[in-house]
Amino acid sequence: MTLEKVREILEGELVLDAGNPDTEITSVCSSDLMSDLLHFSSEPKSLLITGLNNTQVIRTAEIADIKAVVFVLDKRPDRETVEMAKQKGITLVVTRLSRFTACGRLYAAGLGSCTGVNR
Amino acid sequence: MNIRDVVEALSLEVKTTKGDLEHRITGCYISDLLSDVMANAKEGEVWITLQTHPNIVAVAALKNLSGIIITNKRTPEEETMKKAEDERIVIAVSPLSTFEAGGMIYKILRC
Amino acid sequence: MAQNRHIEGSFHLTGGDFTNAGAASSELKSIMSHLNISPDLVRRAAIATFEAEMNVIIHAVAGVMYYLITPDLIKVVLNDMGPGIPDIEQAMQEGFSTAPDWIREMGWGAGMGLPNMKKNSDEFRVDSVVGEGTTVEIIIKIKEGKTQ
Repeated sequence: MTLEKVREILEGELVLDAGNPDTEITSVCSSDLMSDLLHFSSEPKSLLITGLNNTQVIRTAEIADIKAVVFVLDKRPDRETVEMAKQKGITLVVTRLSRFTACGRLYAAGLGSCTGVNR
Repeated sequence: MNIRDVVEALSLEVKTTKGDLEHRITGCYISDLLSDVMANAKEGEVWITLQTHPNIVAVAALKNLSGIIITNKRTPEEETMKKAEDERIVIAVSPLSTFEAGGMIYKILRC
Repeated sequence: MAQNRHIEGSFHLTGGDFTNAGAASSELKSIMSHLNISPDLVRRAAIATFEAEMNVIIHAVAGVMYYLITPDLIKVVLNDMGPGIPDIEQAMQEGFSTAPDWIREMGWGAGMGLPNMKKNSDEFRVDSVVGEGTTVEIIIKIKEGKTQ
């Protein structure tokens, strides 16, 4: 489904639009631990759902080739984080939903997990 | 619905022996940040995390959570297991990703 | 041009500098991408380098990241002044971490750094002297003719 559709399902607010809202998303990574993101196999169609909203998330997302980040529980990224995401071309969405509900809705909607390595 | 139902539905491996599997579940909380769990998790929720260190037991006990599910094939540290048995906190592990485990619990809680 | 390629450089790393943590790896990733190295190799190198850089920021006082890119390989060496690693075998175990709690609250300290580095490298070495520091060497081999 498109990034725009994901945003809709999560009742999210687009904080930074870095590219095409028609970007196809096929899988979801959900973690607050940065090393964990680096585990995932190359998945340019991946979305990250996290409760950690610092610049580290953006840096790690860039290294892991993640194109969009969703912050849960209304955790808004600060200006520095938004600026970094803008530079690196990573879309940012904020949702009031919890990580559980966000994952739940997207799982029910048919998205898969992007953890390739640990299977 | 209790912890045992979740364990069965997700084919979880229960690592503790003294935890109460009949503990009723009020919901589910997913986070790897202890401060976040301390602030936002509610009593009776089952907690999904990747963290394996002993502090998770203290948090689960303080917040009266119904249990901890550690995903991505991670294994709890020895000290963590000791504390969990002392505090009678259920710890279960799974090869599922956090997203999948959360998604599956979401589905069964909705029914 | 690819045949004669020999690019090297270095970055200084400051322990505890979380504001800039990852910046060196990010820049190195950018350099590699512009050299038309296969994206998969760039990704692996970036991940291994990033984990190594974070280890320096989290545990050490300061360090240097040195990189060398030739037609045959990408080599990154991180040398730090820090506590060193008393038991390297133990440190290589997934989940083993000596990071303090406040580091975990920042999303690090899951104990996956060294294993992640090894997993993404073709050759990997760790040397350490307790009380002095640690050196990590990451080598990723470039297959001939693999350009984008």
